[in-house]
Amino acid sequence: MTKVFEKSPAFFDTFTRKPSMQKTTHYCPGCGHGTLNKIIADQIAELGLQDQAIFVGPVGCGVFIYYYFESASVSAAHGRASAVATGVARANPDSVTISYQGDGDLAAIGTSNAIHAANRGENMIVFFVNNNIYGMTGGQLAPTTLIDQTSTTSPTGRSIVNDGYPLKMAEMMAGLEAPTLVARVGVNTPKNVRQATKVIKKGLEVQRDKKGYVFIEVLSQCPTNWKKDPKDSCDWIDEVVCQQYPLGIFKDLVDERGEVKRRAERVEFDALAEQLGLTTDDEDNTQKIEMLQDELRFKFAGFGGQGILSLGMMVSQLSMERNMEVTWLPSYGPEMRGGVANCSVVVGKKAIGSPAVENPHVLVALNRPSLEKFGPLVAKDGLIIYNSSLIDQVPDTLSGRVYPLAATDLASEAGNVKAANVVVLGFVAQKTGMFSLADLEGFLSETFKKPALLEINLKAARAGWDVAEKV
Amino acid sequence: MKKLVKGNEAVVIGALVAGCDAYYGYPITPASEIAHAASENFLPLGKVFVQAECEVGAINMVFGAASSGQRVMTASSGPGVSLKMEGISYLAGAQLPCVIVDVQRVGPGLGNIGPEQSDYFQVVKGGGHGDYRAIVLAPASVEETYRMSIEAFDLADKWRSPVFILTDATLGQMMEPIDIREVETHRSEKPWALDAKPHSNDNLVTSIYLDFDDMEEHINGLHAKYAEISEQEAKAEVYGADVPDIVLTGYGITGRMLRSVVDQLNERGIDATLIRPQTLWPFPSRTYQDVVKPGIPVLSVELSCGQFVEDVRLALPGHKVKHYGRVGGNLPELGELVEQAEMLLQEARND
Repeated sequence: MTKVFEKSPAFFDTFTRKPSMQKTTHYCPGCGHGTLNKIIADQIAELGLQDQAIFVGPVGCGVFIYYYFESASVSAAHGRASAVATGVARANPDSVTISYQGDGDLAAIGTSNAIHAANRGENMIVFFVNNNIYGMTGGQLAPTTLIDQTSTTSPTGRSIVNDGYPLKMAEMMAGLEAPTLVARVGVNTPKNVRQATKVIKKGLEVQRDKKGYVFIEVLSQCPTNWKKDPKDSCDWIDEVVCQQYPLGIFKDLVDERGEVKRRAERVEFDALAEQLGLTTDDEDNTQKIEMLQDELRFKFAGFGGQGILSLGMMVSQLSMERNMEVTWLPSYGPEMRGGVANCSVVVGKKAIGSPAVENPHVLVALNRPSLEKFGPLVAKDGLIIYNSSLIDQVPDTLSGRVYPLAATDLASEAGNVKAANVVVLGFVAQKTGMFSLADLEGFLSETFKKPALLEINLKAARAGWDVAEKV
Repeated sequence: MKKLVKGNEAVVIGALVAGCDAYYGYPITPASEIAHAASENFLPLGKVFVQAECEVGAINMVFGAASSGQRVMTASSGPGVSLKMEGISYLAGAQLPCVIVDVQRVGPGLGNIGPEQSDYFQVVKGGGHGDYRAIVLAPASVEETYRMSIEAFDLADKWRSPVFILTDATLGQMMEPIDIREVETHRSEKPWALDAKPHSNDNLVTSIYLDFDDMEEHINGLHAKYAEISEQEAKAEVYGADVPDIVLTGYGITGRMLRSVVDQLNERGIDATLIRPQTLWPFPSRTYQDVVKPGIPVLSVELSCGQFVEDVRLALPGHKVKHYGRVGGNLPELGELVEQAEMLLQEARND
C-alpha cells in the first residue's frame, strides 16, 4: 500500500525538546500555527534544506517552534528575532535562516529590528504570523487587531482614536527597496494552503540561492482568543480579516535578484598586521631621552583649529619612538566650546600615573584665554611658551621662564599659518632638549608625504628651533 | 610594533588580535571611535561589521552571532549599555560568550560625555533581569585595555559568559603606546553552536526552561560556574608599601591616579599602598583581606557617589572604609586626593 500522507521528516518524530506530551504540539485546537509549521516542514524536506536550516524563535505562540523542527534553533528575546537572525545569517553565510515571529513580536515591540533587517536585505526568510491578537499572553490588542475587534485590552473594540489603525506589515515591507519577495497568504482553507505552499517554497528557494530577504505574512486563525470555534474562525478570515489584509504577492524580484554573498572569514595575524600597517620590529637600540626629571608634564592650549591636539600627538609620538612612557589626553566637554582646546601630555621614564596635567612643567599657550587660564597653574620654574603673534599683553602673575614666540607669524613666513604648531614643536624640542633637529626632520618626513607641505613644515620647525637657540 | 592609539582603538586592535569575527554596534559619544576603528578594519579583513539600527538590535545581533560560535563584540557608553541590558541577561541565560565594552560617561539620563564611573552597579551587579553574573574587566591604561580586550575573548569562551570591559571617557579618549604582536589565544570548540551543517541539527540555544525543576537546575548550574569563576579569575594590582599605614583603592582611571597619590604620599614619608582591582566581578576580596590589616584606614575613590565602595566594604567587614568621589565629568586633582588621604590618616590616628 502506498503511503499518501506522513509526518514531515523535517519534524522530530517525537518532540524530545518538549518537556512533556512529546507526541502533540502546544498549539490550541484550530490554531493556524500547526498548519503553517507543516507547510514549512514539508517544503524544507522537499528542498532538502533541513541541515542548513537555522530557526530563530520569537516570544509569543511561536516561542516553542524549536520543539518541532529537527534543525539548529535559537530562541530570541521578544521582538528581537530579526536582529538575532541577522547575527546568525551573517555568521553562517551558508545557512537558511528562518525567523518566525508573531504580530506583537514583529509589528509592535520589534518593528524597528524587523524593518531594518529587511532594509539590509539580509539573507533570511521571515514568517510573520498575523492572527490580529496577542495569543500567548492572553488575547490583548495587537497592532494588527481590526477596527472594533475586541480584545482583553480593548474590551469595547479597537478604537482608531485610542489605538490607531491596524498595521499592514506586508504592504510596508513591500515599500522597501531591498526585499526580494513579500507576500501575504492564508492557512484557513485548502485553496489558501495550496497558495501558501507555493509562496513558501519559493521563499525557501530564495534562501537556498542566497538571493536576499523574504517576508511572508501569514493570516492565521486564533479560535481561543477570538472566542470562535475553529470553523467560524476560518470563515472569519475570508469574510472579515481579508478585507483589511488582502492576500497576494506584493513584491517579487526573485528572477531579477542575484546571489548576495557576505563574508565571515577568519584571518591569520599576518593579514591583520598588514591591515593595521604594522612593520616588523628591528632590534630597538633607540636611546631614551635624557630628562632632568622622571616625568615631564605638558599642557598645550589654544583655539580650536590651531593644531593643538596634533601638536600634543607629535610630542607623544616622538617620545614613544624614543622608548619613553607617554600619555596624551584631550580636553573634554564644555572646555572644548568657547574657543579653548587643550591637551595634556606626560612623558616619563617609568609608568605614568595620572594622565591629567594640573600643574604643567611646560605650557604652550597659542591664544590669550589659554595663557590666562593655565599660566598661573604652571609648576615652579616651569616653562611657558606663548604665541606672541596673537598675545600682546601678558598677565603679570606668570612665574617661571616665560618665552614669547611669534608662532603664527613664523608659520606664515614658512608658507602656511597652519604650521604654527610645528614652529612650537621646534621651539619646545630645542628648549627642553628632548629631540634634536634631525629627529624632528625625520619625523616630519614620515608625517608629511606631500613635498610642498613637508617643506613648509621643515621650515616652520627650523624657525622655532632658531628662535629657541637665541633666547 | 608600538603604536600610539586611543583607548577606544586599543579595544578593537585587541579584539582583532584575539580573532574577533564580528562587531555589531551603534554610535554614542564617548565610545564611537570603537565603531570607527571596527568598521575600518573588520570589513577589509572579510569579517562582519554592522552598524545596527539601535543598541537593542546590536546586542541581539551579538546574541545571534554568539549562538553561531563566532567571537563577537559590541561597545557603547552608559545610556546605550542600559538599552543592551535585556540582551545581556539573555546572553548570560543562554551561556553565550561575547565581549561588551562600556566606555562610561556621566549619568543618570543623558548626563554628559565626560568621564564617570557610575555604571558600576549596572555592569557589575547585573543590570538585566534575573539571577546572573558577567565577568567585568577594568583596565587602567590604554595598554591594559588592549591586553584585556584580548583576554576578554578567551575568558568569554572559557566560561561561556558575556565579558565586560569597563572603561570610561578618559581611558577611551586618551592615547598611549601599545605593543601589538601575535599572541596565543584559546578559542574553545563550540559543539553546541548553530551551524548550517547536519551535526548541529540537535543544537538548541535558549534561556527558557518551562519546567520549574529544569529551570532551577539550569540556574544552579550557572551559579556553580560563577563560584568557579570567583575562585579562579579575581585579579588586582597591589602597588606601594609592604606594610602600609593607609590603603588607597580605586579601579580604572581612578586606580591609576591613585598610583601617583601613593608615590606622593610615600615621598612625604607615609607608607601607602594601592589596591587596584583588575576584575570587578569577580571582586578580588581576598587581596583586600590580605593587604588591609586591622585598624588600617582605607580610602576608596571613584567617579561616582559611592557604588564601588560597597564591594570594598563587603570585602572588609567591620573595617572603616572612607569613600571619596567626584562626579559630573570632573576628575579629582592629585593634590585633592593626597589631602583626603592625609585627613583620613589623621582621623584614624585620633580614633
